[in-house]
Amino acid sequence: MTVMSSTADRENLKMTVVAEFNSPAEKVWEVWADPRKLEKWWGPPTWPATFTEYEFEEGGTARYHMTGPEGEKAPGFWRFELIEAKRQIRFLDGFAREDGEIDENMPTMVMEMTLEGNGDHTTMTTVTTFNSLEDLEQLLEMGMEEGIREAMGQIDALL
Amino acid sequence: MVVGLPKSDRKTFPGPGFDEEEVDLIFHALADRTRRDIMGKVSQGEQSISDLARQYEVSFAAIQKHVSVLERASLVTKRVDGRQKLVQNNPETLRRATNLLAEYERIWTHRINAIGQILDQEKTEERKIR
Repeated sequence: MTVMSSTADRENLKMTVVAEFNSPAEKVWEVWADPRKLEKWWGPPTWPATFTEYEFEEGGTARYHMTGPEGEKAPGFWRFELIEAKRQIRFLDGFAREDGEIDENMPTMVMEMTLEGNGDHTTMTTVTTFNSLEDLEQLLEMGMEEGIREAMGQIDALL
Repeated sequence: MVVGLPKSDRKTFPGPGFDEEEVDLIFHALADRTRRDIMGKVSQGEQSISDLARQYEVSFAAIQKHVSVLERASLVTKRVDGRQKLVQNNPETLRRATNLLAEYERIWTHRINAIGQILDQEKTEERKIR
């Protein structure tokens, strides 16, 4: 059973999502640290993510693409700013151009993930900070909504 | 990036009752820190433009301009009371802006559920091994 709550801070353009898992922190850490596990949940079901590079260290870069239903590819990148094993990750999340390099014309956001373990239970907090509402709007305009509706549909089908 | 569809697949903003031009106005209006701050102040209650101007280190004219931008985006409305112009917020439009963050939240709902499934599956597999 997974429990979740979220809060949107409109003034500071932050979104905080808190989730509780019935698993120890080491296990939850693995879904971030292991790119093969990460790609199972990062993209929506109709746009699965494939991580082609994963330098999981401070200053390291991760490159990935998501593949759409028609085989179209949407490349993205992360840059790890902070990694504290089994406890915290902070990274810059952005779009990449076709050659895999950062697309400076596209929005970026900062994501901070913190784990607090308590035996077999773990609280995972993710805070996303957007640069501007325009960025957020652009992200949402680019298919987020459609992707999510489809993802939600899949989850409902499983339950 | 979270979900980046190719540009050709871009859709117009899907929120209820928005057209693209309105969305542009709202986001342009809220992209400025001073204007967001003004929004915060008028959400506490109606304020005159002169009251607002006193709280910032910019000219009365600059504040008047900021208020006009917010007004064009339907984020605030103005009414005249004697010699004063009073500014109040427009909760309907604010609610719409909040909806954008709600859309983003749904992406995380999906992700959290998917992580929960991965963890549950691992537990089941471990039990089998034992």
